[in-house]
Amino acid sequence: MKIHEHQAKHLMAGRDIPVPLGRVARSVDEAVAAVRPLIEESGNPVVVIKAQIHAGGRGKGTFKEFPEVRGVNVVTDGIEGGPAAAEEAVRDLAKKMLGSTLVTIQTGDEGKVVNRLYVEQGIDIARELYLAVLLDRSTSRNIVMASTEGGMEIEKVAEETPEKILREEIDPAIGLAGFQANALAHGLSLDGEPGKNFAVFVKALAQAASDLDTDLIEINPLVVTGEGQVMALDGKMAFDDNALYRHPDIADMRDDTEEDPAELAAKNAGLNYIKLDGTIGCLVNGAGLAMATMDTIKHVGGEPANFLDVGGGATADQVTTAFQIITKDPNVRGIFVNIFGGIMRCDVIATGIVEAVERVGLEVPLVVRLEGTNVELGKQIIEESDLEVVNAGSLRDGAEKILELTT
Amino acid sequence: MSVLVDKSTRLLVQGMGKTGQFHTDKAIAYGTNVVAAVHPTKAGTTTSFEGETDHSGVAGRDDTYSVDVPVYATVADAVAETGANASVVYVPPPFAADAIMEATAAGVELVVAITEGIPVADMIVAKRYLQGTGTRLVGPNCPGVITPGECKIGIMPGYIHERGRIGVVSRSGTLTYEAVHQLTLLGLGQTTAIGIGGDPVNGTSFVDCLSLFEADPETEGVIMIGEIGGTAEEEAAEFVKAEMSKPVAGFIAGTTAPPGKRMGHAGAIVSGGKGTAAAKIEAMADAGIVVAETPSDMGEAMVRALG
Repeated sequence: MKIHEHQAKHLMAGRDIPVPLGRVARSVDEAVAAVRPLIEESGNPVVVIKAQIHAGGRGKGTFKEFPEVRGVNVVTDGIEGGPAAAEEAVRDLAKKMLGSTLVTIQTGDEGKVVNRLYVEQGIDIARELYLAVLLDRSTSRNIVMASTEGGMEIEKVAEETPEKILREEIDPAIGLAGFQANALAHGLSLDGEPGKNFAVFVKALAQAASDLDTDLIEINPLVVTGEGQVMALDGKMAFDDNALYRHPDIADMRDDTEEDPAELAAKNAGLNYIKLDGTIGCLVNGAGLAMATMDTIKHVGGEPANFLDVGGGATADQVTTAFQIITKDPNVRGIFVNIFGGIMRCDVIATGIVEAVERVGLEVPLVVRLEGTNVELGKQIIEESDLEVVNAGSLRDGAEKILELTT
Repeated sequence: MSVLVDKSTRLLVQGMGKTGQFHTDKAIAYGTNVVAAVHPTKAGTTTSFEGETDHSGVAGRDDTYSVDVPVYATVADAVAETGANASVVYVPPPFAADAIMEATAAGVELVVAITEGIPVADMIVAKRYLQGTGTRLVGPNCPGVITPGECKIGIMPGYIHERGRIGVVSRSGTLTYEAVHQLTLLGLGQTTAIGIGGDPVNGTSFVDCLSLFEADPETEGVIMIGEIGGTAEEEAAEFVKAEMSKPVAGFIAGTTAPPGKRMGHAGAIVSGGKGTAAAKIEAMADAGIVVAETPSDMGEAMVRALG
């Protein structure tokens, strides 16, 4: 699960990890109201107004409706005009940003609608660094990754200048040791006070990753201020869905408006669904087989409309919901059901399909491939129903048949 | 011969809830020697299983079975009393990593964790705990391990398997069934089929399994089934190139998966351009592995690899 920057910073601030002062705003008035207290508390007449969406690249991203406005804007009007001028500038920006669609390199062309803003104090930046805590799958441990190249995409740094990326492995029994934090500071050429501040920062961040069950914490950029403070100028956190049960406060931070409505409906029904751009809907049991079904559709020349894994023990209700979700997608011109019944018996799934189609009322061609436990009984149930269903012998055969029926 | 499990496997069950009971019954029907179960509040009782024998499993048995499985309070007690040397974990996600560590502490040689949805942080700790012990963990989030005709641990349908010449190792449950089914129809059969699971942190890797199959005299070839996410397939390809004399066929799921999306399995995600199907397929082809174009062609790919 992903959360917004302002939520990540709230969590960090609660753990004494330095972040700029800031206030979240869901309306223009709230954004304006944030300005004066921020200027007074920080003593800095500069404020920053940032769009809150679950995607990176906001600083360079622009709005569809207002191409001159970026996702992150530094407001300097307060330097000469005082807080009132800063307020007016923020009002003007907030009006344009709220409800508008921000397009960044990570949102795709469709962009994302901005529903909330974060107004922050301006920071005197001396250096920009990169810092992250994430799982290293090859060692089965979390690692700290740091780089001097703050503000750049880490994938690009890894590709072009891999020597600029520092790594320290976190032993789960010990946490990030002091010497490891110091080694990272040294590697980033942080000496004296900034070095000490960095070591405290990175140890707290590693601890946060472990305490909060994050999949990823990424601070890009991490800044060293003119006064030698080390601070998270940006903050991205993603959490392990399987561990959310022990963090109800974090689970409550979920922003449903950031999720695809169909994916959300599927999740609530206990289904794994991901929408794609193609025309052939798929309903499959098992994640690997569901991926492979999409791949096979593509391989024979079609385009899958979705990933959908009904899991190992799907009920008739779940199959019905799955059909409803697939058929709601206007691009879908045909559906391919691919089931390898292991513990899930084919006759049960066949009954589920028949019931679901009768309830949903299918208007597109349906190809069903059943294999595994009670397969003959399953095929018989489908044949004896009034459904217009094409049976397929193998996965490949099914993919070819549905392609033929939809083109 | 086979790998990991055989007739001498003495299985204990951790997590005898509804799911655990259902699959324990199927395992016993197949002929698996289930010697004990562990339950914190039911110690001293027995759980009874009876029904019709699954004749696709261990040969030469009666048509029905009736087995009483004694329940112990701890894994240590169960091992001391019954000599169990393998454990299967059906314990719910919040307690599953602890169950794995308990079995490790009791010296169980093989722990097969079926449970899906264990927090990654718990598995990081469990994996650290396993280090330096003699215990091997398979899974979690996997269908289990089966040596056809000898021992079935997990949730796979027994009857699609047939004893034969090919080792199977896979991150996906249903794709394992596809491969196994094709091998059976082609008359190649399986020595052992191992599901290593779809989680980002797991106990046994492709390389571990390939190494076991390479050393097993009965195994003549191996099918490895991978998917997007991580670099385990690339590491396996390197191993095949450097260390394997036996032919290997394979398949990678997720060519069409959009980046940044978790495809059902916790570990199936392309992030930061890493873990793509294309990179894995290239590494495998480069190592001489015959990569099937679709899952329907996995068996045929094995036939081609065998030459």
